[in-house]
Amino acid sequence: MKRVQFEHSAIPYLFIAPQIIIISIFFLWPSAQAIYQSFLLEDAFGLSSQFVWFKNYTDTIGSDAWLQAAGFTLIFSSLVTFLSLALALLLAVKANEVLHGASTYKTMLMWAYAIAPPVAGLMGNLMFNPLIGDLYNLMNQFGFEFDHKLDSVDAGFVVVLISVWKQVSINFIFFLAGLQGIPKSVQEAAVMDCNSSTRRFWTITFPLLAPTTFFLVVINITYAFFETFGIIDTTTQGAPGGSTTTLVYKVYQDGFRGADIGGSSAQSVVLMIMVLALTVVQFRFIERKVHY
Amino acid sequence: MAQVELKQVRKTYPNGAEAIFGVDMKIDDGELIVFVGPSGCGKSTLLRMVAGLESITSGEISIGDRVINDVSPSERDVAMVFQNYALYPHMSVRGNMSYGLKNRKMPKDEIERRITDAAKMLKIDQFLDRQPNQLSGGQRQRVAMGRAIVRNPQVFLFDEPLSNLDAKLRVQMRIEIKKLQRRMNVTSIYVTHDQTEAMTLADRLAVINEGKVEQMGVPMELYSNPATLFVASFIGAPQINLIPVRFQDGALTNGALSVPGYANLPTDTDLVLGVRPDVLRLSDDGQFTLNVDLVEQHGGENLIYGSLVGAATDAGELQEICIKAPQSMLPQADEQLKLSFDPSTSFVFRKDTGERLM
Amino acid sequence: MDRPKLSTHLILIIGAIFMTLPVWVAFATSTHAPETILREGLQFWPGPHLIETYNEVLFVEGGVMKKVTATEMLKNSMILGIGFAIGKVIISMLAAYAIVYFRFRLGVPLFWVIFMTLLLPLEVRIIPSYEVVANMGLLDTHTGLIVPLIASATGTFFFRQFFKSVPDELLEAARLDGATAWGFFIDILVPLSRTMIAAILIIMFVVGWNQYLWPLIMTTKEENYTLVIGIKQIYQVLNEGGELPQFQKAFALTILATLPPVMVVLIFQRWFVKGLVESEK
Repeated sequence: MKRVQFEHSAIPYLFIAPQIIIISIFFLWPSAQAIYQSFLLEDAFGLSSQFVWFKNYTDTIGSDAWLQAAGFTLIFSSLVTFLSLALALLLAVKANEVLHGASTYKTMLMWAYAIAPPVAGLMGNLMFNPLIGDLYNLMNQFGFEFDHKLDSVDAGFVVVLISVWKQVSINFIFFLAGLQGIPKSVQEAAVMDCNSSTRRFWTITFPLLAPTTFFLVVINITYAFFETFGIIDTTTQGAPGGSTTTLVYKVYQDGFRGADIGGSSAQSVVLMIMVLALTVVQFRFIERKVHY
Repeated sequence: MAQVELKQVRKTYPNGAEAIFGVDMKIDDGELIVFVGPSGCGKSTLLRMVAGLESITSGEISIGDRVINDVSPSERDVAMVFQNYALYPHMSVRGNMSYGLKNRKMPKDEIERRITDAAKMLKIDQFLDRQPNQLSGGQRQRVAMGRAIVRNPQVFLFDEPLSNLDAKLRVQMRIEIKKLQRRMNVTSIYVTHDQTEAMTLADRLAVINEGKVEQMGVPMELYSNPATLFVASFIGAPQINLIPVRFQDGALTNGALSVPGYANLPTDTDLVLGVRPDVLRLSDDGQFTLNVDLVEQHGGENLIYGSLVGAATDAGELQEICIKAPQSMLPQADEQLKLSFDPSTSFVFRKDTGERLM
Repeated sequence: MDRPKLSTHLILIIGAIFMTLPVWVAFATSTHAPETILREGLQFWPGPHLIETYNEVLFVEGGVMKKVTATEMLKNSMILGIGFAIGKVIISMLAAYAIVYFRFRLGVPLFWVIFMTLLLPLEVRIIPSYEVVANMGLLDTHTGLIVPLIASATGTFFFRQFFKSVPDELLEAARLDGATAWGFFIDILVPLSRTMIAAILIIMFVVGWNQYLWPLIMTTKEENYTLVIGIKQIYQVLNEGGELPQFQKAFALTILATLPPVMVVLIFQRWFVKGLVESEK
């Protein structure tokens, strides 16, 4: 907050009104609706509905399909988060070391940020297309008997690969900025105190990057949960047998394809709670981050 | 042209923290008053209350005959020079100086005339079309002053305006500010934590500590006749020597040290003896014996630092003291010097309240 | 610093290839005839059909979709990207100004309302959002497409962060100079935020352009498709008609959907990175 602020009765309300009105209509109201609908059971034609308390929750969340989606989401998010962060960190550290061609490397490593997830999904899909896809053939040449249309592990591999590919660039940008934010004097002091560059990385650089890393972990989990929708929808569409269905994709499938509004809303609410929990964790950490 | 008057001015923050405890003050027309004190003492808060940037919890501030408690900052007819200059970074020098006048709907030719005059006076006329980031620190400082001058206000407010400049420029600007203020004869309040700046600039000086005015007066009065321990220790460079003592049988004592020549002091409380470095003289029958540690040669004079033989601080450590000596005097380390002073040039304070006893 | 080792460059080169090769191959393949692609698979070198493919995709009706051409989808994407970016900047600057520079009774609760939008992405409230927009008769309109997306507070937080970094003294100086609340905003704050505004426009253009789920459920008519949701429908050209699958067109469409945001990011790289990184603080 500013030391000195304007004190007027009406003016701030005028400034903030546009955003609040939009939020009320397109955010608060739908969110409340989602919660309300999660307690309703509609008949097949949507003509009448009945208040059923937590039936939608127990029905969906206990179901095998939901548990399968939850399990996949967990594995999928962990893999995507870990792999894309590790890869980006490696590249950022290396890019921070070079002097010649640094900007070329930077540009080539970050530009994929601008590509939409479904576009990346379609590209990947075509590359793995059995008719023309070299990647598909390559995998089979190595003797994997690769078939992402039938094998759930193979399908998972495809979505993880594309999701990681799409996410590396943004992580790279943040890691590089974080590395460049470490004062040169600290790095020089470290060089004088410690001879091994690997050791220096893990004892000085990596701890100093912790705030960036944590921020990125949260960003990446959110990405894996929500934004990969476009990738899944343009590659496996949750197949085979729902094995690559994430929780968000299931909300969409049940709500729009299956017209199970109550069940879909209940899932939405569960997702909301998960995101809230993630945010609380994030805030706890940010409070600690001040000490750095 | 106006007087500024503060009556029982208090400031309490919404969280209950008290910043200013009832300040009374009368600043005469055309006078340059300096608020001096350590950081966090409330001097800037007080200035900002005059500016209208902080609200007044109780009491009254008036400029001329007008009480300005509830007048908005821009209508108080005051202009302020900020510590970091607060120049609008996207506007040219001219833009910075004219912004306030334009908001006042002043005619264009009048704005132009005022800017030209002020720029000439401050020797920034060749920079008028530059952006602030193309100027040096000293030039920015001048622009900040120019922005205040063109307003032709009743009161100038300076909030540590020189603290971002290097030492040499600071001295130069200090002199210019003084000259400028004399010439324009505008009532001014100047806030600083630098006692040299305060001493050299002020017509009168207000030493502020923990939200209260400790003492107010002309600089030399505060130097030679401080009302409290705080004022004595804050004013004067090098700092006054302060030695913890007790009063016994007509003498001030600390360990083996005994300084005679005092009377009518309480015996039941801790006291502090204050001796300025420039009243100590070399003399064979001196009250002090100094064990020399270090000599600082300042060119025209030397400062000799050492410990007072026989005395100790409250923490039981060596009592450091300093004397001002001519440049010819260059004692070796661990040499012992006998020093004397006239008790009437020294001060005695109560340790607990800081009150001056003699 | 020491001279970087050869392995450093090697790792970076592999990384650069990993990040760029797929898009290059997509482009190269899009310039070949469908027969070639089907016979030989993906292509590394550009072929002779560049103009033919892109001409058909961009300008010929029925080239990719039943009715619309990619040019029309490109136009829709532009409207979404630019409309979203501008709307977001205006709305969030105003809100951030109120939050940072004013003390008002509902300030704190309203701040939390805005903050909440960060927590719940559109995806989790997609069905009721759809219903609201449908009930307001805004399906297949630009308003219905853009405005609900603006609800999220990301931009507000960018600007809040930036405004907080503006020295307090500027406001104080402006108040002594007699600036009104609106005057300070227009004369001082907006010009000061130029770089920030540019950065956020770029980021938000990319975010808007890349929207997928919302346009997907919002648009029912083909003429309102954006390029990115055209992607979803491209499977039609791959499978329809019993003819040769038109892989080159699918690839061409991915290139077209990628090109504008990538160009924006590359041209304004410095601003874009700055804006993005500022948001973390």
